[in-house]
Amino acid sequence: MKRKRLIPAIAAGAAFVMVLSACGGSSDDGNSDGNGGDNTTPAFNAGVGKVFNKSDAKGGIIKMADNGEPDSLDPADTYYGYMWDFARLYGRSLVMFKPAPGKASEELVPDLAEDLGEASDEGKTWTYKIRKGIKYEDGTEVKAADVKYGVLRTLDREAFPNGPEYFKQFLNLPEGYLGPYKSKGVDTSSAIETPDDYTVVFHLKTAFAGFNYLAMLPQTFPVPEAKDTGVNYRDHVISSGPYKFDKVEQGKQFTLVRNDQWDPKTDKNRPALPDGFEVTLNLAQTEIDNQLMSGDLQVHITGTGIGSAAQSQVLADETSKESADNPSIARLWYTSINSNVAPFDNKDCRIAIEYATDRTSYQRAMGGEIAGGDIATNLLPPAIPGYKKFDLYPAGPDNKGDIEKAKDHLKKCGKPDGFEMNIAYRNERDAEKAVAESLQQSLERVGIKLTLKGYAQGDYFSQFVGLPSFAKSNGLGLVVNGWGADWNDGFGYLSQIVDSRVIRETGGSSNVSVRDPKVDQMLDDAIAELDNGKREKLWSDIDRQVMDDAFILPGVVAKVLLYRGQGLTNVYVNDQFGYYDYVSLGLEQK
Amino acid sequence: MPPTVITYIVRRLFAAVVLLFVVSAITFSIFFLVPKIAGGTPESMASRYAGRAATEETVKLVADRLGFYDPVVVQYGNWVKGVFVGTQYDLGSTVADCPAPCLGYSFITRQPVWEDLLDRAPVTMSLAIGAAILWLIAGVSIGVLSALRRGSFFDRATMGVALAGVSLPIFFTGLISLAFFTYTLGWTARGGQFTPFSENPGEWAYDLILPWITLAFLFSAQYARLTRAGMLETMNEDYIRTARAKGLREHRVVIKHGLRGALTPILTIFGLDVGLLLGGAILTETAFSLKGLGDYAVRAITGNDLPKVMGVVLFAAFFVVIANLVVDLLYAVVDPRVRK
Repeated sequence: MKRKRLIPAIAAGAAFVMVLSACGGSSDDGNSDGNGGDNTTPAFNAGVGKVFNKSDAKGGIIKMADNGEPDSLDPADTYYGYMWDFARLYGRSLVMFKPAPGKASEELVPDLAEDLGEASDEGKTWTYKIRKGIKYEDGTEVKAADVKYGVLRTLDREAFPNGPEYFKQFLNLPEGYLGPYKSKGVDTSSAIETPDDYTVVFHLKTAFAGFNYLAMLPQTFPVPEAKDTGVNYRDHVISSGPYKFDKVEQGKQFTLVRNDQWDPKTDKNRPALPDGFEVTLNLAQTEIDNQLMSGDLQVHITGTGIGSAAQSQVLADETSKESADNPSIARLWYTSINSNVAPFDNKDCRIAIEYATDRTSYQRAMGGEIAGGDIATNLLPPAIPGYKKFDLYPAGPDNKGDIEKAKDHLKKCGKPDGFEMNIAYRNERDAEKAVAESLQQSLERVGIKLTLKGYAQGDYFSQFVGLPSFAKSNGLGLVVNGWGADWNDGFGYLSQIVDSRVIRETGGSSNVSVRDPKVDQMLDDAIAELDNGKREKLWSDIDRQVMDDAFILPGVVAKVLLYRGQGLTNVYVNDQFGYYDYVSLGLEQK
Repeated sequence: MPPTVITYIVRRLFAAVVLLFVVSAITFSIFFLVPKIAGGTPESMASRYAGRAATEETVKLVADRLGFYDPVVVQYGNWVKGVFVGTQYDLGSTVADCPAPCLGYSFITRQPVWEDLLDRAPVTMSLAIGAAILWLIAGVSIGVLSALRRGSFFDRATMGVALAGVSLPIFFTGLISLAFFTYTLGWTARGGQFTPFSENPGEWAYDLILPWITLAFLFSAQYARLTRAGMLETMNEDYIRTARAKGLREHRVVIKHGLRGALTPILTIFGLDVGLLLGGAILTETAFSLKGLGDYAVRAITGNDLPKVMGVVLFAAFFVVIANLVVDLLYAVVDPRVRK
């Protein structure tokens, strides 16, 4: 997933991914199936697959903290998964994932719209009817034109550089359109029409069966044009949800209070139990962990879990462990094998890496079974529909690698004695450095000598590994990497990491290794396939093709260790995000 | 005031201004010239601000708007002009105002840097000044007493504690003291808490007492040792014997004659320490999650936000220069030999 991750200095997991239990796929889907069964006795994983401490009591202020800050509060400009979760408190998208634990959350349900989108023109046109009577915080009614405007403004990449680019990719926009600020007065009806105040029609360049997933994005929050303040809109987003902003101090904190114009009759998805939320920004990880355990804080909003010091404490103490949840999420930690760097232009050399890797060491480097995740043998995580477990490069009964097979493939690629190579990782991520070191040791067994090259996280993709010319000239044949789905569907997971057409000469792509026209075609076929079953099989086929190409060395399917704050009600992991569902939370009332 | 002193002050002020310009030029060069020498292009620098998914056209547009196609000298000139008269940045969808003194504009957070610095400075100043008062009083007092009781149990014990103080890193003592005093005993404020003095002086002090003591523990150790060493030297001077022989009371001998003579090096170090801390007590602010200049600097560096980094570097340099200036001026007060 292109969503940025917040990486605490020590936590290995990052989770902005919407985790959808595999639909018709493997039974090994990581989290238990949730049928909404509730429970009130604290226990390890009490919030995974079920609701912990169910209650409809209203009142209280939920205190949250962030060890960094959001990319933006503006729904047009955020790519952090936790913001997609949290923003639903102050905004409503056309549709949303059902706020429920386990498999139930894979269902898209109407939010602003009366129903899911109606496809026509073989999936190139999608029509949504907006509910009547939904009001902004100032009492004005939400209209279809506001949804259109909200989507169009996201196309200005200079003003809003952070958000996803799916609408730009799919909408049938006029040539050279740069958004409403720079392309004032341009007719955009070829892309979005509003035939009346309550109907929005999207016209796409190509058929896209999964358009409802785009309709789920915060970018479809309605924005009244008259109230749009451009890049400063983030300082006060006009609410269409149950809460509105009371105070916003960039870099310090923000608070939400009840939006008295929100009508619960128009919104079955949100119970809106607490009276408000307080979010403190830029608090140290250790401070957040301490405050969670002391009860001064209820939620670590990023959903990246507790730090390693707190992990040891929590896992070692039975009482503390009862407040922990350890969900599996739709994120894969892996290493890219860059075919632009010799000798990885030879497939056998790439396969040698697959066989030589000690998978248990990789898992340990990522934090072990609980904080790191489960050993992966293919690209799709179990939560993605279409997932099928397979292993093209068995690593032996102990999972420490098959040295003989690795050496065979090295002979085939003309490097029987091994070779030298550079491996890139992000300096700020201790786990990635540990992975690079573990691979250094693994591959040395077959004569492959790795030199570690650390780069700044902020520029990793834009300046270094993701800039093809830099990667090639610096011999970055191996790149420690990771990806989580934008939403739990093959397209939401795969599109940004296996499509060779997302690789840009100007840099910035997370796909640093997969270049196979066959995979590109398979992606196009899957995107246009309206039949769910056929589409899911195509995702699995793509997974197999990429693994056959050996462009990616899978590491672990991520898990994260969360801590349930004291006094919270209706706590459950929304499998779409991989952490707690913020719209459902409440507080015990005494 | 004697003309020589006035000349001395004027010269020092002029030197301070020149020094600030030199620091700004060096800082600007590091951030905007060195990347160019290293092969960076305007586009590669602009891509930091344009977002990961930016197209080539967007990156070029951003590079143009940020002035990266201008020569570095022109960029610096524009920056200096902004410091005195302010400037505006065309962001495409809007025009951002950066009023004087414009120390930079963050294109990542869309805020003038000066506003951020003003917002965070009170936190750092509260932390630095409060801790400075504590460590000066504690350090000097302990140093004086240790010198007067040289070789005693008190002397050995306090110097031992002083050794611990300088040896233990602040992030260690900070986290330990938080874990114990806040989260075990519940005596002190949580990390990240700060109430402005103007809002509630009592809460302000309560929020900072633990960071003050932790920071003061580190510094008072140095001052105790320095004072002790200075006192041991001055108390053996002839003029001390003379003062005693004249019948002056012991506390007057120690304070007015002994300590005063030992103050000069203490004053020098104090000025430097406070000046540096006012620029941002990075480790303390990080340990206690205080949103001061040090925390700001760390986040600017890790976030690669160059205008912010430059702004905080200059702000910190300003305090160091001013602190040194004040120390130089105080020499004239403390040491009559300087006035001559």
